[in-house]
Amino acid sequence: MLTIAGLSKRYAKGDKALEDVSLSIPAGQVVGLIGPSGAGKSTLIRCVNRLVEPTSGSIRLGDTEITRLGGAGLRRARRRMGMIFQEYALVERLTVMENVLSGRLGYVGFWRAFLRRFPQADIDRAFAVLDRVGLLDHVDKRADQLSGGQRQRVGIARALVQEPDILLVDEPTASLDPKTSRQIMRLIVEVCAERQLAAIVNIHDVALAQMFVQRIIGLKAGRIVFDGPPAALDTPALTAIYGEEDWSRTIREADDDAADEAAAQDAVRILRAQAPAAAVARAL
Amino acid sequence: MTATHAPARRWRPPPLIANPVLRIALIAGAAIYLALALGTVEVNWARLSDGWARGLRFVSGFLEPNFSRRWDDIVQGMIESLTMTVTSTVVGIAISVPIGIGAARNVVPRPVYYACRAIIAVSRSLQEIIVAILLVAMVGFGPFAGFLTLSFATIGFLSKLLAEDIEDIDPAPVEAIRATGALWPSLIAFGVLPQVAPRLLGLSLYRLDINFRESAVVGIVGAGGIGATLNTAIDRYEFDSAAAILILIIAIVMASEYVSGLIRGRVK
Repeated sequence: MLTIAGLSKRYAKGDKALEDVSLSIPAGQVVGLIGPSGAGKSTLIRCVNRLVEPTSGSIRLGDTEITRLGGAGLRRARRRMGMIFQEYALVERLTVMENVLSGRLGYVGFWRAFLRRFPQADIDRAFAVLDRVGLLDHVDKRADQLSGGQRQRVGIARALVQEPDILLVDEPTASLDPKTSRQIMRLIVEVCAERQLAAIVNIHDVALAQMFVQRIIGLKAGRIVFDGPPAALDTPALTAIYGEEDWSRTIREADDDAADEAAAQDAVRILRAQAPAAAVARAL
Repeated sequence: MTATHAPARRWRPPPLIANPVLRIALIAGAAIYLALALGTVEVNWARLSDGWARGLRFVSGFLEPNFSRRWDDIVQGMIESLTMTVTSTVVGIAISVPIGIGAARNVVPRPVYYACRAIIAVSRSLQEIIVAILLVAMVGFGPFAGFLTLSFATIGFLSKLLAEDIEDIDPAPVEAIRATGALWPSLIAFGVLPQVAPRLLGLSLYRLDINFRESAVVGIVGAGGIGATLNTAIDRYEFDSAAAILILIIAIVMASEYVSGLIRGRVK
């Protein structure tokens, strides 16, 4: 679904943020992107939807070469990429529904957007995703009246209502408590399984990443230094990503948590198994 | 008990200007300039004692304001002024919003930013009275000149403050809306305007208030309204009528202040 080849990003001041990054993500796969602060995690996912301009390299979403798009072509490509943010990035003074409908702005004209006269099909989509994330009771509340977990659910709904092919998720749990973090991660992983979405999830919490994602990529100083299943993330791998530290507790805790989360993982696995043949075919 | 043996570690907040010589020189320089400047202000004490009596006559007029003598003129002037105020504020806001968006560095390309900043600079550098004199010469005496003047002045004021508010908004929602593939105008309508809406409303109400007060001032140079009535009254030494007009202006400004406070309290 997403193929990145030889991607580099150098900022104007000369800092190398990304150095020859190559990776490929099939539909339906959730990838956890870990690494120390400043390793280039945010830059990488922002290069995919060109909120940050890559310096060189290629990014292909399906058959579309993202790096060469301009204007209307870029807007069409962005419609296929849903983004979820660390501090939710909702428009606080707008209602939950308006925030969710803003995910359809790539499809509707200015006057419809300005007057909030969205097509009925978009309103139906918005109600459906709000139902999925469990916010049907809060449709007309202002976004700033919600709790952190609820706001992130609005953020997820806004990304899903785009009906994207891929989710770009930037530190979704960094502002949330541990329990809400797990709920949000579980929701993201579940919706990706239901809709056969590829996803890149930037995440600081290694244990949380191991609990939920199928594949982990470790970035250090703009380069990929680890790419494998969560189980392969051992002490040498974590040392390669973050540097020298006592990693034994991180790994053991992850194992314990993994046991707690077994039920959720099973549910996701079943969903994946049941994913409609059509979706699998599209993924291939 | 080891603390008694160690010397006390003293701490002062770091000064704004690190270099002590520069710091003292700047303070001393400012003080000397202030003293010299005050020395050059000429006070004509003889003229001041003369004017005292005239000022007193003016003030005594205020103690007995006369609403009735020029009542018809006052009503006529007030209607003109209020019309001028409302129309110029509405037109001014309608023009200011696009210019204000264009003058916000974070949402438009550089050339648009510089063009809109230039418009604001022109509008702000020309004082209302000067614009009014120019426009009275162009379109003749009367409230139309006042309407044009106040609309022009509103653009400089509102666009600048709106642009500054837009430059201070939270960039995260704007990035999020951009990431959905939204058109630029939709990005403004969803990501930017909701963030600045309360401030825009507050500024508009404040400008309505300013435009009413300014309508009295521009009237003095011939741009119609209550200012023209006031000017006539003062020219004829009818301080009691002038006092009545000033009292009405103060009452209207206070009423609008109160109402705009109520409205702003409701919209957060």
